[in-house]
Amino acid sequence: MSARRIFARPARLAAIVPYVWMVLFFLVPFGFVLKISLSQTAIAQPPYEPVFDLTAGWAALKPAFAALSIDNFSLLASDDIYVFAYVRSLTVAVTATALLLLIGYPIAYGMARLPKRWQAVAMVLVIVPFWTSFLIRIYAWINILQHDGLLNQILLALHLVSQPVVWLSTDSAMYIGIVYSYLPFMILPLYATLAKMEPALEEAASDLGAPPWQVFWLVTFPLSLPGVGAGVLLCFIPIVGEFVIPDLLAGSNSLMIGQTLWLEFFTNKDWPVASAAAIVLLMVLLVPLLLYERLQKRQLEQGR
Amino acid sequence: MTDELPRTGAAKDAVGETQSAAGEPLLRIEGIAKTFGTFRAVDGVSLDIKAGEFFALLGPSGCGKTTLLRMLAGFEAPDEGRILLGGKDIAQALPHERPINMMFQNYALFPHLSVHDNIAFGLKRAGMARTDIATRVAEMVALVKLDGLEKRKPDQLSGGQRQRVALARALARRPRLLLLDEPLAALDKKLRESTQGELMELQRRLGMTFIIVTHDQEEAMTMASRIGVMRDGKLAQVASPRELYEAPRSRWIAEFVGDVNLFDGEFKLRDGHHLVIATQGAGTLMVAEPREPVGEGRLSVAIRPEKVKLSRRGPVGEIGHAAAINRLEGVIADICYLGGTTTYKVKLGAGGTVQAAVANSARLEADSYSLDQHVVAWFTPDDCVVLPS
Repeated sequence: MSARRIFARPARLAAIVPYVWMVLFFLVPFGFVLKISLSQTAIAQPPYEPVFDLTAGWAALKPAFAALSIDNFSLLASDDIYVFAYVRSLTVAVTATALLLLIGYPIAYGMARLPKRWQAVAMVLVIVPFWTSFLIRIYAWINILQHDGLLNQILLALHLVSQPVVWLSTDSAMYIGIVYSYLPFMILPLYATLAKMEPALEEAASDLGAPPWQVFWLVTFPLSLPGVGAGVLLCFIPIVGEFVIPDLLAGSNSLMIGQTLWLEFFTNKDWPVASAAAIVLLMVLLVPLLLYERLQKRQLEQGR
Repeated sequence: MTDELPRTGAAKDAVGETQSAAGEPLLRIEGIAKTFGTFRAVDGVSLDIKAGEFFALLGPSGCGKTTLLRMLAGFEAPDEGRILLGGKDIAQALPHERPINMMFQNYALFPHLSVHDNIAFGLKRAGMARTDIATRVAEMVALVKLDGLEKRKPDQLSGGQRQRVALARALARRPRLLLLDEPLAALDKKLRESTQGELMELQRRLGMTFIIVTHDQEEAMTMASRIGVMRDGKLAQVASPRELYEAPRSRWIAEFVGDVNLFDGEFKLRDGHHLVIATQGAGTLMVAEPREPVGEGRLSVAIRPEKVKLSRRGPVGEIGHAAAINRLEGVIADICYLGGTTTYKVKLGAGGTVQAAVANSARLEADSYSLDQHVVAWFTPDDCVVLPS
C-alpha cells in the first residue's frame, strides 16, 4: 500500500495517533526507566552509571551495555522491605476496591433508576468534588479526622464514643481517604452500564417469576459485569501505586510501594532501585489488565 | 360469516351476547384507571375476556393500550379498579406472583443466557425439577421450530429467531394468560405475515388466551377474534374485526380502522327504512336506518371505498331500477394503482370527493377509467353507515 493511499484516508491517519502517543509518552520513557533500573547508583549527575554517551560513538556504547546488570531486581526480591511494600499495596488495593464496589454499586444503581433529568444532577454531584484540588480535599479530611475534628465532635455529641477516637495515622483514615477519592471512578463506569441496560430485561425476569433479589443476581448484576470490570480496574491500578493518601492519612509503620518508590528516589537518591521497583510494579499491574482484556475479548467473541 | 354480521349499529347487542353465553370470564377488568402525573393514561376501562380468546387491544400510540397491558402484567399498579383473573383480584400483585406471562416488544431476551437458558429461566424460578425442565424446553424449542439453536446466544440469532425464543420463553410456564406487546413490530412485512399465521395456529392448538397490543389495525383484524379499540385511555369499541369494520360506532373508529369516505350532513326525513341526509359535498344520501337510534340533526355518513361502485352511466339491471340508490356524478381526479386494487378519487359535482376501490380482477386490462373521465359513483343505502357527527 502506497503512502499516498494511507494518507488519503483521514480515518486511517487518526488510527495512528494513539500509537504515536503510546510510543512517545509510554514506550520511550519506559525504555529510560528500564535502562536506569539496570544501572548502578553513583554519586554523580545523573546519580547512576553507566550513562550512554552518544557522542563517543558505537564503540563506547558496547561497554555501557555490558555494564548493565539485574542486581537491583535481585535486591528487590531479597529485601523484605520491598516484598512487604508490594504485599501491603496489593492488600490495600484489594480491600479498598472491594469497599468501593460495595459502596459505589448501590449509588450507581440508584442513579440509573432516577428520572432522566435527576440523573444529570446526580452525575454533576458525583463529579463536582473534582473542581477542588485533590490535595485540598485530602487536607480537609485531615481536619475532619483529627483529635478535635468534625468526626469526633459528631461521635461525641451522639454519645457513640465517650472520648475522641484516634483516626489520623491509621489504616481506617487511609481507607476513608481512598474510598472518598476514588468513588467517582467506580460510580461512573457502573452507572454507564446500568443506565443503558434495557429496563425490559428486569421486567422480563420478574414476569418469569423471579422475585426482586433474583432479578438482581440473575440479570442485573451479570449484565453490569463490564462496568464492574472497568470500575475495579480504574480504582485498583492507581490505588496500588497510591502515594499521597497513605502518606498523609496512614501511619508510617508500614509503607505502600508508592511511598517506597518516593523514599528511594528522593531520600536515598537511589534511582536504579526505584526504577526497578517501578518496573516490577508495572508487571504486577499487567496481570489484572491482561485478565480484563481476555474477559472482554471472550465477551466480544460470544457476541459475534 | 355474513350471517353473524349484525346490521348497522348492532354492535352492542352482539358483544353482550358473547359475554353472557360464556359465563364467568377468565379475565375481568373493572373500571381500571392509571394516572401519570396529570396524564390519565388509562381512564376507567372495563372489559371481560373469555378463556381461549385471541383479543387485540388496538389504538394509536399514547392511547393507553400499553399501560393497560403493563397493569395486567403487574409492572404498573392501577390507581383505581380491579383486575380479576379467574375471580381473584390480582390488581396489586407483583409481576412474579401472577400466572401471566408477557412477550415483550423488543423481546427482552437475556443477552448473557443461551436460547435454552432463556426458555428455562421461568421454569427454574418455578422450582421445576431438572429433568422436567429439560423436557419442557425441548418441547418449546420444537414448538417454535428452533431445533439446533439451543446453545446460541440471542445476538447470534436473526430477528425472526429471536421473536420465536421470546415466544417460547413466555409460553414455557404455560401461563393462564399470555400478553403480547407489539410482538411483530420488529419483523419485516413478509415475515410478519407468516408469523401472524403461526401465532394464530399456535393459539388455537394450545387453547391459550392471548391478549395482543398493536397499533397495526391490519394485524389486529387478521389475528384477533375480538378487538378493543382504545382512544385517550378509554375503550372506544369492543367488537369482532368484521363488526368493527362494517359497523364502527363513531367517526373516529371508522377513520382509524381502514379507509373511509365521510360526509357530514343534516338529517332531513325518514323514508320507510331509510334516512335521508343532506350532506355537504355529496348531495342528498339515503342510508339504512341503524338499529341504534342516532338521533336527528347533524349526522355523518360513512362509506368504505370498496363499496363504492363506478360505472360510466350508473347502475344497470335490476339494481339500477331500485329507487333507493345513491348516485353521485363526477369526474376522475386521481388514480392510484395498488396491484390488487385501483383507487379512484372522484371529484363530485356536488363539490366533495369520493374514493372508490376497484378490484383489478383481470390481468390484461388497463385501468377502466382515465383521468377527467365522467363517471357515476353509486352505492346502496345498506352499504353506508350513519354516525353521530
